[in-house]
Amino acid sequence: MIAYWNSHYVQMIQLMVEHGQMVLSALLIALSLAIVIVFFFVQKNNWLNGLTYFFSMLYSIPSYALFALLMPITGLNKTSAIIVLTIYCEYILLRSFITGIKNVDPQYVEAGRGLGMTSRQIFFKVQLPLALPSLFSGMQLALGSTMAIATIASTISAGGLGDLLFAGLQTNNVIPIIWGTILEVVLALFWIMVLQFAKNLLESDEVKK
Amino acid sequence: MVNDIICFEHVTKSFGKRTILQDLNFSVKQGEFITVLGTSGSGKTTTLKMINGLETADGGRISVEGNNLANCDLVKLRRHIGYVIQSIGLFPHMTIAQNISVTPKLLKWDQKRIDQTVNELLTEVGLDPAVYREQMPNQLSGGQQQRVGVARALATNPPILLLDEPFSALDAITRQSLQKDIKALHEKMPDKTFFFVTHDINEALYLGDRVMVVNHGQIEQFASPKQVVDHPASEFVSQLLATVRQNRALWEDLK
Amino acid sequence: MLEQIIKYFENSAGEYCLYLGQHLELCFISLTAAILIGLPLGYLGSKNAYLAKICQTFSQLLRIVPSLAVIFILIPIIGTGMLPAILALVFLGLAPIVTNTIVGINEIPNSIKEVGLSLGMNEWQLFKQVIVPLALPYWLNGVKLALIEIFASATLAAYIGAGGLGTLIFTGLSLYRMDYVIVGGFSVALISFVIMVGFDLLIRKVKQNG
Repeated sequence: MIAYWNSHYVQMIQLMVEHGQMVLSALLIALSLAIVIVFFFVQKNNWLNGLTYFFSMLYSIPSYALFALLMPITGLNKTSAIIVLTIYCEYILLRSFITGIKNVDPQYVEAGRGLGMTSRQIFFKVQLPLALPSLFSGMQLALGSTMAIATIASTISAGGLGDLLFAGLQTNNVIPIIWGTILEVVLALFWIMVLQFAKNLLESDEVKK
Repeated sequence: MVNDIICFEHVTKSFGKRTILQDLNFSVKQGEFITVLGTSGSGKTTTLKMINGLETADGGRISVEGNNLANCDLVKLRRHIGYVIQSIGLFPHMTIAQNISVTPKLLKWDQKRIDQTVNELLTEVGLDPAVYREQMPNQLSGGQQQRVGVARALATNPPILLLDEPFSALDAITRQSLQKDIKALHEKMPDKTFFFVTHDINEALYLGDRVMVVNHGQIEQFASPKQVVDHPASEFVSQLLATVRQNRALWEDLK
Repeated sequence: MLEQIIKYFENSAGEYCLYLGQHLELCFISLTAAILIGLPLGYLGSKNAYLAKICQTFSQLLRIVPSLAVIFILIPIIGTGMLPAILALVFLGLAPIVTNTIVGINEIPNSIKEVGLSLGMNEWQLFKQVIVPLALPYWLNGVKLALIEIFASATLAAYIGAGGLGTLIFTGLSLYRMDYVIVGGFSVALISFVIMVGFDLLIRKVKQNG
């Protein structure tokens, strides 16, 4: 194990950085998209439910198949990988974001309206901040699963820690498989904790206000 | 002592470090309508659940129909005791008829007898069998559900009926009509013993042949409604009565 | 492109059916085993908070471990083929079944169980007449998630020589044959839809009856 690390650590860290970049770009794109979707459809329940079901259908497609199906359109590269990962994130984020918004006590929305806020102001000043904790939980969840799914991106030559798993498979060597898994889990846990930290920071900020 | 259908002797109960009942003694005669009045946490529901063995006593002796609960078959006993609880008492996955026939089926009655009993009981509690038999509980209003709860509890014609705040989740008007009906029901079946837990003093005084006032796991007073009103036995009972007087005073003022 | 796909089916219908059969067989065996192990385990978990906690932590951890790694890790030890694939798939399918069984049973309000007991049910009657019907929608949801997970991971099992529809994608990717990739990817996506929609309808029906 240690010997493998010593001889390959430059390459492994390189793969880890690649892996992280892919997942985080997907997460950021999905997050912006989720906010836009919820902002435009927050009053239209049917649309929201329909969109969520649409993304849940996409979410149920096995990632390997989704990577394969996108390949003829966008090619063998990181772009395809990021698109697929974004789709998976999108469903999780939408679901938790919408639950969060729905759990906001209607009294606060009424109060906002009573104070003369426009629906846009209500969204950004009342609903969004109050739904933030559940949005953050959704981000943690999405991050965790896409970190795992991203290993499959290696099959369409997008790089990342999946390369280590395949290296192990091809050389019939368990050590790179274990290293790949450990680094992936460490990376996922690290970012989950970063998000937790940000969430705590926001919450203590709220309390101070 | 022959007539004592329920008898508690030196019964104690605690959950962890919290003492719920300390040395509870009382007995109930066959055919009495007992109301148990207390605030939440007074131990009134625990007392009720001890009668059909859902809670067991830490110490002391409980006997029901002359059998010591510590050494009798609880499953058999429970088929003899009707039980109505506050809210979600009906099984959500069974129709009204299925809900009522749970215990008869456990006792392996034949289907004809079960059907007949279900129809009789629904009529008894004021629901048309033709309309309600095949409905699901969530299609009924709260008051109707509670009527079904009472019908189910009566299914095997049990000598004892336990009711745990059955009407407290209902609105005032529905509650009043159910109170009237349950009183009429008991008058129609004078052999049956009703044990009715409530936190509503008006309900307790209206329904009970005797009212048991419980506070901190002890009986403050156990007497007829008239005696309770005329001679409150403790400060706590007086305080409870004061709320009634206050309401009446307000009523007079407004008139 | 469409022509190529039609041509594929004309020339290799037999091969396609073979892959499809392998894939379904792999899923069926793994799901059955996962249910047989997961159900009793979930029931025990609903009785024992400690076990429930372990199952929960375990399935949370499994979320962030790549299924690819779970499938690959046994190869150096027991070689390639169906057996390591099935072991890995059972393992992946267990988590949703166990956690949903636990949640389903624990979601039943205590008062409902008490009513059952006070109507004179014994433990077994309570289990059969009250707990099973009320926990069924949750449990079916767990089976659905397990099947989707197993089905998805079974496509990856092509890499360890277990066959199945993944073989088409895998071959297509390495030979750069788009027709293989599309046929494989599309079949897998379609069957996943069918699984999901089918289970959703079933769960809705069970809920209506209950």
